[in-house]
Amino acid sequence: MKMDLQLKDLFEGFRDPRVIRSLKSQIEQKAQKLDKKLYVMEVCGGHTHSIMKYGLGQILPENIEFVHGPGCPVCVMPKERIDQAIDLARMEDTILVTLGDMIRVPGSKYSLAQVRAQGADVRALYTPLDALKIAKENPEKNVVFFAIGFETTTPMSAALMEQLTQSGVQNLFLHINHVLVPPPIEAIMDSGDAKVNAFIAPSHVSVITGAKIYKPLSKRYGTPIVVAGFEPVDILESISMLADMALQNSDDTAIQYSRFVSDEGNLKAQKMIEKYMQTREHFRWRGLGDIPQSALKLRPEYARYDAEVRFAEHLSDTPVDDHKQCICGDILKARAKPFDCKVFGKACTPGTPLGSCMVSSEGACNAYFRFGNLTTEGQR
Amino acid sequence: MCLSIPSKVTEIDEHNNAVVDTMGVQRRVSLDLISEPVKVGEYVLIHVGYAMSKIDEEDAMESLKVYRELIEKMEELEVQEQRE
Ligand code: SF4
Repeated sequence: MKMDLQLKDLFEGFRDPRVIRSLKSQIEQKAQKLDKKLYVMEVCGGHTHSIMKYGLGQILPENIEFVHGPGCPVCVMPKERIDQAIDLARMEDTILVTLGDMIRVPGSKYSLAQVRAQGADVRALYTPLDALKIAKENPEKNVVFFAIGFETTTPMSAALMEQLTQSGVQNLFLHINHVLVPPPIEAIMDSGDAKVNAFIAPSHVSVITGAKIYKPLSKRYGTPIVVAGFEPVDILESISMLADMALQNSDDTAIQYSRFVSDEGNLKAQKMIEKYMQTREHFRWRGLGDIPQSALKLRPEYARYDAEVRFAEHLSDTPVDDHKQCICGDILKARAKPFDCKVFGKACTPGTPLGSCMVSSEGACNAYFRFGNLTTEGQR
Repeated sequence: MCLSIPSKVTEIDEHNNAVVDTMGVQRRVSLDLISEPVKVGEYVLIHVGYAMSKIDEEDAMESLKVYRELIEKMEELEVQEQRE
């Protein structure tokens, strides 16, 4: 019998509590055979959010544990980059536009929301394309798009560049902060003291990049990697796959989220990025420090649209570190949990984040703060 | 931030824009980042105003089928346990 796929199946079918229970017992059986504990890093903040929201950490057996990774683009943005957004927003006759999540995150002194309250014109966008519309509607002003995000969001900035270069619009500039997923994984693993020995790889980054970007990582570190969807059933099925792979000592990359992810990914989007952007030699990550070749910038041919070039004299560039109590670095290496931080929930809360993992709902500390009281992990 | 939402295409215009339905919410999105042809009635994943990929419907149906079988197996086991 052929059944038609309904939109609601794409949500409900992957959240069904009965499937979750069944996968849970599958995982328990496999876990009994494991000879070492699995520390599974979920690289992406979207996964962190789902795991905490559905309490998936609590239903796993003792010898499988989630480690919350660096994949939250808002969290990894160092304060000096936010300071630059503020410098831009404060220029005369300027409108600063960005995607919503960034606006409340504090830089060294202020957030964009605060400078907006002081009179700067800061606007949240639904889509990067609206930046072009705003530029056309305000020809007497400079419009700067503060672009953030991993590989998921980078092609949309590239598509904006494509339209911008064809439009003849002269008053729109991009401040590019796009970051890449593999380099921070390498930084964490190369530090030598990370306990991580399996990964679930991001859902929507992988839709663009394809699963191929993880293959060198699984080989290099001898760990299995599964590209997982965001729904709870997706995540548990991926854990079950990882358990199988660990039992076979696999160092491969597999795809659970195959309804959207292929090995190759979205080649058109990849080409679009390649056309307008190139890797930066260095980028400082909040919580992880400087990582070579870990972020993108506009190619020199497009310097005319590059806010970092055009407004260089307005931009401060003093590195600003997180609070010295902050242990986000250890959390990323599975050496600590948010509850181990002395200031967690006290001086450091989502309203007053002292460190990177507290700044957005995708960060580990933030997710623990919001969902932590529903879990037992606090007592562990 | 990287969350994207499966949506159903309900209209496509001549500028390569589509109207999609996300569980009752209508949105206008660009199809500029998709290379394969998209038709009304198909499912796409949308992210900040762009469709970023089409769903592999067969693959999704296959997963859902496997999950239904899991449920059936589990329910059978539970009935057996109750009998014992
Ligand atoms: S609670 Fe705050 S200061 Fe502590 S590790 Fe988390 S983000 Fe850093």
